Amino acid sequence: MLFLSIVLMYACSKNEDEIIAPEKQITFSVPSNFTAPAYHFEDNKITNAGFALGKKLFYDARLSADKSVSCGSCHQQFAAFANLDHKVSHGVNNCQGKRNAPPLFNLAWQKAFFWDGGVKNIETSPLNAITDACEMGTDVETIINLLKNTSPYPQMFNKAFGSVEINSQRILKSITQFMAVLVSGNSKYDLVMRKENGASFNSLELAGYHLFKEKCSSCHAEPLFTDFSYRNNGLDLVSADEGRSHITGLATDFGTFRIPTLRNIEYTGPYMHDGRFYSLDEVLEHYNSGIKPSPNLDPLLKSGIPLNSSEKEQIKAFLKTLTDNEFIKNTLYSES
Amino acid sequence: MLATQIFIAFRMTINPFYLTQFHKMKLSQYFLAFLCPIILFTSCKKSDDEITADAKSSFTIEFEHQVNGVPLVLNNATYKNAKGEDFKISIFKYYVSNIKLTKADGTTYLLPESYFLIDESKNTSKIITLNNVPTGDYTKIEYTIGVDYARNFAGAQTGALDPVNGMFWTWNSGYIFVKLEGTSPQSTAANNALTFHIGGVVDPNNTIRNFSTEINAANPLRIRTDGKPNMHFIVNAAALFTGKTDISFSTLNFTMGGANSVIVADNYAKGLFRLDHIHN
Repeated sequence: MLFLSIVLMYACSKNEDEIIAPEKQITFSVPSNFTAPAYHFEDNKITNAGFALGKKLFYDARLSADKSVSCGSCHQQFAAFANLDHKVSHGVNNCQGKRNAPPLFNLAWQKAFFWDGGVKNIETSPLNAITDACEMGTDVETIINLLKNTSPYPQMFNKAFGSVEINSQRILKSITQFMAVLVSGNSKYDLVMRKENGASFNSLELAGYHLFKEKCSSCHAEPLFTDFSYRNNGLDLVSADEGRSHITGLATDFGTFRIPTLRNIEYTGPYMHDGRFYSLDEVLEHYNSGIKPSPNLDPLLKSGIPLNSSEKEQIKAFLKTLTDNEFIKNTLYSES
Repeated sequence: MLATQIFIAFRMTINPFYLTQFHKMKLSQYFLAFLCPIILFTSCKKSDDEITADAKSSFTIEFEHQVNGVPLVLNNATYKNAKGEDFKISIFKYYVSNIKLTKADGTTYLLPESYFLIDESKNTSKIITLNNVPTGDYTKIEYTIGVDYARNFAGAQTGALDPVNGMFWTWNSGYIFVKLEGTSPQSTAANNALTFHIGGVVDPNNTIRNFSTEINAANPLRIRTDGKPNMHFIVNAAALFTGKTDISFSTLNFTMGGANSVIVADNYAKGLFRLDHIHN
């Protein structure tokens, strides 16, 4: 018996001898100055094949109704996966959506998605863009049929999930592998916070950081630069977009929107849920002088945020330390 | 198990490759190898005991769709709501989930992963089979009309909960628990449409409703290894529009969650299902 068992053990240990692929293992990493993420990948283990499939789906315009729009069309890496120079999303058949495409990064820390927080799980978040008549204008069944008949998708699903079966769960989980791995945590701000490479703010940035903590961080809380709450920031007396109340049905949520992150803000313009401001100067001037007393205006903004011109320059200098060029240029995330 | 080992031993004797590998093995592996069969044999014995301890079998539930006592026929038949208004039905589908059975002594069994989408247009969906149920006499059945809170936000699902089934709201995460579409001359909506998409799990507009019914103790649900009973429910689609609040299609003909969906859910909570009989 001992003798036979030894042979069994040999069979078990055989796999260890296999040559490990030289390909770099895709991982999800939490920067040390970040809080704990909300998404944990327990039911969606990251694999290189799953990530590669998710990335290919993300950049494939053939998925949309007129084969003109991919996820990547409105979520561009050079804009930190927001949409450069577009107030609102530009979907199939030249349809204009009603809201500004948010940047995609650090999504694993987010518990609700879209400007109104209507979607509660990152895995189901792509469905909105896939089915919206003004975005990709299609449905999952159509996409499944397309993928089944489009090489190399069946092989890629096989590699990622162990069989050629293509279903909505596999599509969504692989896109999630791509999206959730998009972590931006290597800005100058992060290096300063982590005391890496002797990084430090210059005097303008440091003054801006102090001002920021005093005037902005109650909503744009560090380290993710959002507290994930929904607030009205006085853009209009009566909001043209009902915002959060579309989801909750509560009058007190009318015209409130999710606080956006400020990371990579240098590249994510235009700003606000409807993309009305093209520059950071316009945004800061709005808080300085443009706050409108709408009924649901956030109490913290009742008197606006007075800022003189040198304070604005200081805040802008600090905000630019939130740019993560390593993330924006990481070819791992690029269309290939 | 033993046969496999004999087979491998046989291969070893004829294949010198195995012998070379054998010599390369570390001492710790000998020790593990010695433990290996002991663990395997122990675990085999244990699972045998478990199987004899509580036997399991299956039963079926059939959902017969009606409108106020007459069979539901999609698109063509005309029915009347409690207000006397004519209507036709083109789509009727709903979720039944988290099925729980109770024995006379109060012990309960919750069927794991029990999520079913019943669709009038798909005959096979109207008879569901429930497997691996402990045998015994059950005197009560409960289930959720819809989908429990957690599963509404649990990420990408398959099977009955797959979003391709057209019962998942993409803009406001969550399942449509009950979907009824049709027409009524009284409807003020375009094309006289009726659109009742009931769902939502957040107060004050939570539409999760649980249904429960006692089973006559004289003829309980008798699940046996050699007996697979069938429960027969009558499902009255008109229950959406009466019960707690009689609905007029002139004032309520469209709802996709929210307060109006709660009115409909409160109606069907009690009136949608009726246990008609059990074939033991």
